[in-house]
Amino acid sequence: MFDALSDRLEGILGRLRSRGRLSDADVDEALAEIRTALLEADVDVGVARSLVAGIRARVVGEELSKSLSPGQQVVKAVHDQLVEVLGGETLRLAYASAPPTVILLAGLQGSGKTTTSAKLARWFRQQGRNPLLVGADLQRPAAVEQLRILGEQAGVPVFSEPTDPVAVAAAGLREAQRVGRDVLIVDTAGRLAIDEDLMDEVRRVSSAVSPHYTFLVIDAMTGQDAVATARAFHDALALDGVILTKLDGDARGGAALSVKDVVGRPIAFASTGERLADFDLFHPDRMASRILGMGDVLTLIEQAEREFDHDVATEGATRLLEGRFTLEDFLSQLQQVKKLGSLGGLLSLMPGVPKELKQNANIDDGQVAQVEAIIRSMTPRERGEPALLDGSRRSRIARGSGTTTQEVNQLLRQFKEAQQLMRSPGMLSGMLGGGAKGKMAQALAERMGDPGDPATAGLDSLSAGGLGGGGLGGGGMGGGLGRRSATGLGPAGGAAKGRPGSKKKKGGRVTPKGDGGRAGR
Amino acid sequence: MLALWIVLAVVVATLVVGLVVAVPRRRRGRRDGGSGSATTATIDAPPGVAPRIEAEPAPVGAPPEEPEAEVGAPPELRDRMGKTRGLFSGYVRALRSRSSVDNEAWDDLEEALLRADVGVVTTTALLEDLRSRVHAGELRGADAVVAALREDLRRSLDTTAGTGLSHEGDGTCVWLFVGVNGVGKTTTIGKVARREKAAGRSVLLAAGDTFRAAAAEQLDLWAQRTGVEIVRGAEGGDPSAVVFDAVQRAQARGNDLVLADTAGRLHTKVNLVEELKKIRRVADRPPGHVNEVLLVLDATTGQNGLTQARQFLDAVGVTGVVLTKLDGSAKGGIVIAIQRELGLPVKLVGLGEGPDDLVPFDADEFVAALFE
Repeated sequence: MFDALSDRLEGILGRLRSRGRLSDADVDEALAEIRTALLEADVDVGVARSLVAGIRARVVGEELSKSLSPGQQVVKAVHDQLVEVLGGETLRLAYASAPPTVILLAGLQGSGKTTTSAKLARWFRQQGRNPLLVGADLQRPAAVEQLRILGEQAGVPVFSEPTDPVAVAAAGLREAQRVGRDVLIVDTAGRLAIDEDLMDEVRRVSSAVSPHYTFLVIDAMTGQDAVATARAFHDALALDGVILTKLDGDARGGAALSVKDVVGRPIAFASTGERLADFDLFHPDRMASRILGMGDVLTLIEQAEREFDHDVATEGATRLLEGRFTLEDFLSQLQQVKKLGSLGGLLSLMPGVPKELKQNANIDDGQVAQVEAIIRSMTPRERGEPALLDGSRRSRIARGSGTTTQEVNQLLRQFKEAQQLMRSPGMLSGMLGGGAKGKMAQALAERMGDPGDPATAGLDSLSAGGLGGGGLGGGGMGGGLGRRSATGLGPAGGAAKGRPGSKKKKGGRVTPKGDGGRAGR
Repeated sequence: MLALWIVLAVVVATLVVGLVVAVPRRRRGRRDGGSGSATTATIDAPPGVAPRIEAEPAPVGAPPEEPEAEVGAPPELRDRMGKTRGLFSGYVRALRSRSSVDNEAWDDLEEALLRADVGVVTTTALLEDLRSRVHAGELRGADAVVAALREDLRRSLDTTAGTGLSHEGDGTCVWLFVGVNGVGKTTTIGKVARREKAAGRSVLLAAGDTFRAAAAEQLDLWAQRTGVEIVRGAEGGDPSAVVFDAVQRAQARGNDLVLADTAGRLHTKVNLVEELKKIRRVADRPPGHVNEVLLVLDATTGQNGLTQARQFLDAVGVTGVVLTKLDGSAKGGIVIAIQRELGLPVKLVGLGEGPDDLVPFDADEFVAALFE
């Protein structure tokens, strides 16, 4: 998500970062390119103009920081401006003192309201709430049916009746009060902002249920019209926020930037996939880092803090830093990392991972299971000392894991190369802040010790680390991996083939995550 | 190669996360502490009260009417797009009121095009051309520039390929509808079915969207509404199988045309694009032959529309674009870029939710509606 925009900005800013001195012409040229990048990302024309003006003011007006080169200051200015425009705060829902908390979803046709309703219901359930879905889209054929099916998947009841949208919404509210559901989510029909009759109808739906939160659902692929639409819905319904859908495509999501700026309401939630679970609160501050290709380490860290076994993680990091990382360690870390979800998704959150890697990394759980199977087919001693592995041991492992000797060889070779890569000073220091004394590690440590608000402190130190260190994106790890992949590490795809045979073997016990959703369709 | 990425991902994650998790975790509760402040206790349903959640599926929308045989007069593109006027025409009016073409005028023109989602590259190309013609003395005054721009746009959209849809060939003709999620594929098929039936063809619908909940029901309602037959598969089933069955059925019953729905898919999802390629291959197997692969595109789509068109063209050989929801305030200018860059013509335009709100694309009217 937002990758294309970040690629563009990274390219522009990458050239500036290394400059020691910037002429006015350099700045003008960079700003013109930034404007083009923003427009190609569907940022509203007016918003792009004010964004660029804001960046210019920061670059020109701000006192020169001694620790940053002029190029880096432009990068920082862009980052700060993006944070400002995206709207720093993450939505904090306040539940109504007299339940239910009523939430109304509105938007254009096809923006994803019905699916979002179900995702939101699932999200509330995870927060320990008891939502009720109301299907007030009586316009589109089978919309209520769709909501019923999705509601069932989310484990949330659905209320609807074939009357009219206003009556359904009001009856839904009474129903929620009667059975004691504490969150009411009203799905409405898609409508055009210029359709006065339908806008009037949604206004009446709104006054029938007096929603505590009204969200506009917007497709991330929307172009310049997003702002006009948002403004019209805001005028009619007094929006509290926006839910951005279909962010999993390659749309650049400029609508996100623009809507906040124009209607002054933040992006509250974002939907990043077709599974009901692919939905969460939107963190605008982190998105700015992500747009600039600095990764989203905070999200990664939060996930990890929730899911990781503390001791195992510490142990792994220590051994890694000391260069004693074995296949055994790898296996135990893999178990941890798997808790975070798909590896592909994980990569996209990491700073400095080159774009080609993210795109090519269509890592599915089957391939992970295969790697596991191979390692599990080794004896503990072999895992510690891969040098022991002669031809006959390798063929035993291949048989044991349902793979081929080639695939075993490939894994061993690549593990060795990865080990070497990790040992090389450029790699580690690159990752930890562009060779500048491990600034990222420093930043992370600061975050932990900083008495301020954890999230903000983390971002500040992270951005300082990332920017100050010459940028994680262009830094050591990116370069390192890029070179590696360019020289080519063995035949691609060799290990990628699914081996049904491995299912029966030891490693096959590790079942891929059941929530695979669409993978099997 | 892949194994390497797995190894690296794990190693990197270990390192980053390990470093953080290893640091003593302080003040953990704070981050999510705020949200609960105004909270009241969760009230569960009292045990005695059974939630009265409706069990039977509610009739949705209008009850299935008698098939409507008559096709009403198609709406005028210009009338409907008339609602969308204002912005673009506002700029043009402001521009025309100027006596000379100064920088500000060029900026206005640029902004008008950008706001119509024409895109930076196409806008720059269009304006560069006009600028050089002004310099050469070929165009004089703002009026002439606007007229020239209008003509350029019209010409670039008006292709020799035309807006016609092909019925040629022996056997069963298949039109495949593809696109990302939520652009209006199912609705478009319903409307196309109505048009084709009114033109005297015997149409069969293939409910190839087996993924989205209730997509087949939605198409089924359209089938009832227009009085055409439909082939459905199991939800979550193989869409290729549905299309295959539809072609077989059409062959056996002598239907002229199969309209195949597909699930919305983002062009970036490799597996789903592969699935689409398979659907196309299966539909193209005799006696079926795919005459049209129509990319359904929402007029509100921004610059991503060009990427979508490119990817779907590469994958399944799109033959034309259906531009939907043009009755809103969005201008759909991305089709200008799609036409210029990929040579894909717009064939149909969707102008509303009514069964007749689908008309052939007309470049003259489209451009006129933008300017007038």
